[in-house]
Amino acid sequence: MEYEPVIGLEVHVQLKTRTKVFCGCSTEYGASPNTQVCPVCLGFPGVLPVLNCLALEYSIKVGLALNCTVQEFTKFDRKHYYYPDLPKNLQISQYDLPISKDGFLEVTVDGKSRKVKIRRAHLEEDAGKLIHEDNFSLVDFNRTGQPLLEIVTEPDIFSPEEAYEYLTNLKSIIQYLEVSDCDMEKGTLRCDANISVRPKGQTGLGTKSEIKNLNSFKAVRDSLVYEIERHIETINNGEKIVQETRLWDDKKGRTVSMRSKEEAKDYRYFPEPDLPPFIISKEKIEGIKKTIPELPKEKILRFMREYGLPEYDTKILVSTKENADYAEKRLKAFPDKDKKPVANWIIGPLASIAANLKCEIYQIKIPANNFIELINLVEKKQVISNLTGKAVLEKMAGMPEKSAAKIIEEENLAQVSDEASLEKEIDAVIKTNPKVAEDVKSGKTNSIMFLVGQVMKKTRGKANPKVVQEILKRRLV
Amino acid sequence: MELYSLTAHELIKKLGEKEISVEDLNSSVRKRIQDKDPQVKAYVRLSGSKAAVDFKTLNNGPLAGIPVSIKDNICTQGYNTECCSKILSGFKPPYDATVIQKLKNAGANILDTKTNMDEFAFGSSTENSCFGPTHNPWDLDRVPGGSSGGSAAAVAGDEAILAIGSDTGGSIRQPAAFCGVVGLKPTYGRVSRYGLIAFASSLDQIGTFTKDIEDACILMNVISGHDPMDATSVDIPVPDYLGSAGKDIKGLKIGIPKEYFVEGMDPEVKKIIFEAVAKLKDLGAIVKDISLPHTEYAVPVYYILGTAEASSNLARFDGVQYGYRAKSTNLIAMYKKTRGEGFGQEAKRRILLGTFALSHGYYDAYYLKALKVRTLIKNDFDSVFKDCDCIVTPTAPTTAFKIGEKAENPLQMYLSDIYTISANLSGLPAISVPCGFSKNRLPVGLQILAKAFDEETLFRAGSAYERATQWRKEKPKL
Ligand SMILES: [Zn+2]
Repeated sequence: MEYEPVIGLEVHVQLKTRTKVFCGCSTEYGASPNTQVCPVCLGFPGVLPVLNCLALEYSIKVGLALNCTVQEFTKFDRKHYYYPDLPKNLQISQYDLPISKDGFLEVTVDGKSRKVKIRRAHLEEDAGKLIHEDNFSLVDFNRTGQPLLEIVTEPDIFSPEEAYEYLTNLKSIIQYLEVSDCDMEKGTLRCDANISVRPKGQTGLGTKSEIKNLNSFKAVRDSLVYEIERHIETINNGEKIVQETRLWDDKKGRTVSMRSKEEAKDYRYFPEPDLPPFIISKEKIEGIKKTIPELPKEKILRFMREYGLPEYDTKILVSTKENADYAEKRLKAFPDKDKKPVANWIIGPLASIAANLKCEIYQIKIPANNFIELINLVEKKQVISNLTGKAVLEKMAGMPEKSAAKIIEEENLAQVSDEASLEKEIDAVIKTNPKVAEDVKSGKTNSIMFLVGQVMKKTRGKANPKVVQEILKRRLV
Repeated sequence: MELYSLTAHELIKKLGEKEISVEDLNSSVRKRIQDKDPQVKAYVRLSGSKAAVDFKTLNNGPLAGIPVSIKDNICTQGYNTECCSKILSGFKPPYDATVIQKLKNAGANILDTKTNMDEFAFGSSTENSCFGPTHNPWDLDRVPGGSSGGSAAAVAGDEAILAIGSDTGGSIRQPAAFCGVVGLKPTYGRVSRYGLIAFASSLDQIGTFTKDIEDACILMNVISGHDPMDATSVDIPVPDYLGSAGKDIKGLKIGIPKEYFVEGMDPEVKKIIFEAVAKLKDLGAIVKDISLPHTEYAVPVYYILGTAEASSNLARFDGVQYGYRAKSTNLIAMYKKTRGEGFGQEAKRRILLGTFALSHGYYDAYYLKALKVRTLIKNDFDSVFKDCDCIVTPTAPTTAFKIGEKAENPLQMYLSDIYTISANLSGLPAISVPCGFSKNRLPVGLQILAKAFDEETLFRAGSAYERATQWRKEKPKL
């Protein structure tokens, strides 16, 4: 029998407000333990929560960007469970009236687009962090009370690839809104996945397992691939899937059961009596809508339209808002109608420099005009070769105030196209590679590129490869 | 006349005219506590004479130098605040409740020793305190009411000039009635709850114990108002309450709800209340019979909502950060042992009731249904207040009962709040004013309820009655 997987994702995004969601403590990342706390977030007796309005606004913003209905009447609820990182032993969350619900996010896999249904997005407070030692544990309450937006999909994702794509798009949208860093390493984006399989064509849902401890989008994808196989194998062996929570072991590439027996969860939700319900007016929602910037999907379409770029290039260029703004500035500065060279230079050499420097493309501070000048020098004026161009770009990244022309001049990198001065080098190469030269003469014209390469090497990339090839052809063919 | 026996407004006058000093007043009250508290036990963790107040640090505000006694569930920075529960033993809050801050700003001399209460305000007799019961100054064998019994007894026994308490289902008004003092539960949202250790967040309200109405006005002028730290406090301007204290009540429309005078009520109390109503009529009030048809549901609704919220609010007492922690070998055992040993009987009973009411499968039948009935009770008041300025009822169905008399029967105990609970469920302001004595010299309280944020009508009616009767001149013999 053929099976299809059904996946639902629960994403927690930490909102980038300056202060916590129900008190005035700082949310700055990386402070020493328990230095960003107050009686309110420590849940001391007698304290009361007061909502950070910006957190509410950010939540609405995300809801709107995810095509959700933002509810005009929303309230908070208490969710109860005992854990030492939860100082009140209850979490202020939202139960039946989340800020937004019934949205969707478009994903494209293998050229096919579909809308993944989003069930709800609600605001809640984060818990602290436990640090486990050999025979004791420590609690850090700095994270306690940071605003967290939980975004839950319907069981409406049908492949690990689609899950990966959903997360990538979600992250990109939220980063565009500038309401969260969505950094999985820092824990500002966390994801749990629910997975079940069913015979293809069936509409009901199979027994699901929940996967936790997912530290990257890749881990989400890999764990889903693993779980789908496990589910199918279990069923094919005539066994039953146990509804359970499983932990992903990234190193071993498998999931392990976290709880052997099914734990009855009763969170005893009830309306948070310390926070009156919130009425969010239509005007307020409209006002927030106006602050939503152009989102990745629209930006991709516009880049394709305005700059005539292929979809593949565009997607890379707009991966983050900062990178998109960076690219657009350079695309605009390039005078030609055909903008492809700019895209190539960003996606290619610039991206690899960024990768080497372990930074983002937009963090390379080469001014737009210098960058364009370099492209012109390589692509149009052919003052330097592509190879030299890359080397110059690398130098520019280190000293962004210096122009390409200046670097070329100072380091005497200008391309040599003068036939007379190239002849000598070519002679020498033919002499030292008599066999290859013979091959070319006898018709193996492809071998000519080896000789060109040798000349480039001898001239340390300065020779104009086209001119070298011309001369070699004249001589040998 | 001893200073401790005077009212705040009398003392403010004497202090203002430099007839007495803040030190004189402080030592008079502290001496009185030393002399009488061993019998009354209104206070817990008595500091004795060693308590040194630097009077120079007191602000020069409307309460400059006036001692104020605080219930043990209101946070005072650096001073023990334990809700009279073992589980909070040794807890010194790192912050002041907003009311404490306001009292300090007004120059009040906040006593470091707190007043006794039922553990976490769970009770109507102050017997459920880990420090033992408080005794009623009018009859030391009897309870002072509860849960703010310590504050009530302290004011009644002249061991306090002014006292602060909290009222979730009658915890200010019922003890005020039992002890023969004025007890006010303001409108929900009128006084900040920030720093009040929560019992039931949607019902709790901080309020006052005073010797007369004028003092209640003075104290309310200080503690009322919107607080950005309490999202349920309401941003409505605070009037000068003293302006209402001297007014007459000619033409004031008073409703008498028939549901409040049913069987089970002490006939002596009934008689005294009707005499008080007659007095109000004499003073020019228009008295009419009204009906609050959902009254009989107030007690069950209260015990569902109140315990549900309490079970949630008390979840934080787990021995991790503060208070009592039982020794144990692992986390879960520590939680269980700490809570098992730290909470008293009544606290455990309410946590269990509340947990049950919120549990999966029972929520709709209990919590949700109770919420709906709460709305019906509120609606009753809304419609009555369309043509009444205030409602007058007994504060409690009986006078103070004997210590131990109801301790074994929680249901009986719960019924002593039967007249006071509705005000909490509907968020309305209500006051208990002394209105006479039973044959065995036990005080009876008259409860007045008004529209939300109309404390002024309570003060107006209460002070007119007070001036015409002079019950407040009676003092217990200690
Ligand atoms: Zn805080």
